[in-house]
Amino acid sequence: MAETTVERPPPTARPMARRGIRVLVLNFFRELTLVPVIVVLLIAGAIVNPVFFTASNLINVAEGGAALGMVVVAESLILLTGKFDISLQGTFGLAALLGAWLIAPKSSSGLGLELSPWLGLVIVLLVGLVVGTFNGMLVIKANFNAFIFTLAMSILLTGLQLGWLGGQTVYALPEVFIYIGSESWFGIPVAVWITVVTFAAAALFLRYHRIGRAMYAIGGNLEAARAAGIQVDRIRIGVFMVASVLAAVGGLMQAGRVTAVTAGQGSNLIFGVFAAAVIGGISLDGGRGRMVGALTGVILLSLVTNILTLSQISSTWIDAVDGAIILIALGLAKLIGTERA
Amino acid sequence: MERSSSTGPVADPAPVGEADHVSKSFGETRALVDVALDVRPGECHGLVGRNGAGKSTLVSLLTGLSRPDRGSIRLAGQPAPSLTDRGAWLTKVACVYQRSMVVPPLTVAENVFLNRPTAGRSSLVNWRAMRARARDLMLDWGFDLDVDQEAARLTVEQRQVVEIARALSIGARFLILDEPTASLEKAAVERLFERVRRLREGGVGVLYISHHLEEIYEICDRVSVLRDGELVLSGGVRDVPQGNLVAAMVGTGPPKRATEIEAVKKTGAQGVSRLQVDHLSVLSRAGSVADVSLSVRAGECVGLVGLDGSGTATVADAIVGLVKPRSGAVSINGASARPGKVDAALRRGVGYVPQDRHARGFAPQLGVAENLTLAVFDRFARSFGIVSFSKRDAIAKSMVEKLQIVAQSLAQPVSSLSGGNQQKVVVGRALAPDPSLLVAVNPTVGVDVASKEALLDALGHARDQGVAILLVSDDFEDLRICTRLVVMVRGRIAAEFDQPPWDRQRLIAAVEGLDVAV
Repeated sequence: MAETTVERPPPTARPMARRGIRVLVLNFFRELTLVPVIVVLLIAGAIVNPVFFTASNLINVAEGGAALGMVVVAESLILLTGKFDISLQGTFGLAALLGAWLIAPKSSSGLGLELSPWLGLVIVLLVGLVVGTFNGMLVIKANFNAFIFTLAMSILLTGLQLGWLGGQTVYALPEVFIYIGSESWFGIPVAVWITVVTFAAAALFLRYHRIGRAMYAIGGNLEAARAAGIQVDRIRIGVFMVASVLAAVGGLMQAGRVTAVTAGQGSNLIFGVFAAAVIGGISLDGGRGRMVGALTGVILLSLVTNILTLSQISSTWIDAVDGAIILIALGLAKLIGTERA
Repeated sequence: MERSSSTGPVADPAPVGEADHVSKSFGETRALVDVALDVRPGECHGLVGRNGAGKSTLVSLLTGLSRPDRGSIRLAGQPAPSLTDRGAWLTKVACVYQRSMVVPPLTVAENVFLNRPTAGRSSLVNWRAMRARARDLMLDWGFDLDVDQEAARLTVEQRQVVEIARALSIGARFLILDEPTASLEKAAVERLFERVRRLREGGVGVLYISHHLEEIYEICDRVSVLRDGELVLSGGVRDVPQGNLVAAMVGTGPPKRATEIEAVKKTGAQGVSRLQVDHLSVLSRAGSVADVSLSVRAGECVGLVGLDGSGTATVADAIVGLVKPRSGAVSINGASARPGKVDAALRRGVGYVPQDRHARGFAPQLGVAENLTLAVFDRFARSFGIVSFSKRDAIAKSMVEKLQIVAQSLAQPVSSLSGGNQQKVVVGRALAPDPSLLVAVNPTVGVDVASKEALLDALGHARDQGVAILLVSDDFEDLRICTRLVVMVRGRIAAEFDQPPWDRQRLIAAVEGLDVAV
């Protein structure tokens, strides 16, 4: 027996380490396949309109992307565990609306209770938590199909949002409530700071926390994860809860940005969210993808929206062009990087 | 990594795993009856038995997936933990199933340390420590595997190594290998044996389940045989001649079934050649095939017999064009078949009864009549392709009678039929277009006795009417309608029997890959 091992010398540690580094580097770049596309977009933007490269415009882009980014982090977390949630857009709108309604005066479409704006913030987060728990319990425990269940939830939440106030907009919101969507730290909007920190925290958690790794295992091979003793149901429901809270925070950013909550806040947001996540390399089958990639997806979509606005294309055409560009980006991501887009 | 350094043979080391007179029933079925079996440290214990003998039930008891009705399980000399304490079971015993328990998107190191702390008490992952520990583990046990590789890229063999390494790193010293060689190449099997020997040297006890008896003799110290839930033989491999082993698996004494499989009278006249397979080689996960040649004539029923993964089903898939062969040719009714074109093969007059009736066999929501006539739409279509329901139902009705399908009406959805009647629908659909060649893979698997008779009668009837049949089956009772048998072992033709009736023992020996004449 000993002789046979001599025939196949055990690999020395060094080439292994080198191979390891190469894999790491490769993995890193695979997530960054969109960077060239983003560079092209930046050049295109500069040509289209000289305003593009001004600081105020770029900050504007980031601010617009911040709210989207929060929901993309949320959806990516769920996608990694092999499920998805369409109703995040409903939470994005309804949570902010309920919070605003309870604190705004009657004169600006509020309930007139004029609760403390702090309480309003708590309510926003609470709505997210409740919706997320409900979705998680029913999709994971009761085994409802995630697509049709969260689609129905989405329609319900959006409908509530519209029906509650008869389509009116809640405005004249207190400082505290709109703070994260309207203030800046060091010249950069608070919303952007929060989103960047959220992305970083999610990325680190996924990479360095046991539950983060467990999420990849759950999405990659549910049975293997279960057999290894991972509490797959608890983690998946938890992910639904966290995701809905993140979506609610995103809605708060949007409300602060326009200093009002419209009855249509969040409508059609989810398509951009899925597009950004998938373009960024998050697999719809679960278990694959990283936050860096999802972030590049968000940046790409935000740039596209901004350039379209600056190029003064008639606003009725923006949706069509948006869709076309998402398709092109998907094709590119598939071509350049991975087989997974 | 803390390899048990037992110096010298201890007088009576506690078994790493022990089933102490366990019994287990599922409803009426007695899956295990008073089975006593133990695996000692540093021992490889072979477990053999035909399908349904109770091997899987025993494994589920030994790994804590279910609880014995009577008797007890002991691990490393101590009573087994409660079923809910998965963690405690994992530290004692691990089973490497054929179904992979590896997470593809994660690296090898992560798979080894799945859901286990790598940074002391903290919940954080210490990547550096994890990689180093995984690398040490691989070196310790002589496994040659890059721990930074993504598991998605691993071969079947390497995935096994990952699962073994995972079990060892948790501390389990009792490993159950369930058919570990089923989808391995020959060289990989050798490497697996090498690993098993190292495990034995390291004090690990292995329960080795295999259909391939020659593997038992090569790698195991002791062997136990299960038959119909009972332990019928146990002893050192050197004390058990192969003949006895086969006899124990098949059963002697007053047999439940005749030793000789009753068979058809061979008809003298041989028809024209309907199927010709020349030097077929296919690479497939379900069992590769190397250099297989065979032919089937009209009025002949050739049984293609082999274990799971021996390549018999792959040959069938290649004939109907479901898989692309690497080399070799298939010709049907004298015309060579284009690989990968299922519809072309079917148009040329091939009827096909697929292996997995749920995936490929029928459309569950559609009615019996519709399913039976899926392949013969053109026969009852009027002009412009408009379906004539009366013609359709007439065709379906004759099929229902021929196969004795029990259904409330022709419109009853197939999903609500019993398994036996579902299978009849699948066979009926294949026979509906009056094929000149019928390829049937395990046509009677999982059906009741009466349905089995009806199915075999229908196939036998078709054969008498001149249909050439290739019957792929590992159920010996199916073989009674065959006029010739071809046995495959590990992707190659190992033996041929052309004079019915078939001798059960010789047939089993051939299927298990033994050349001894019993």
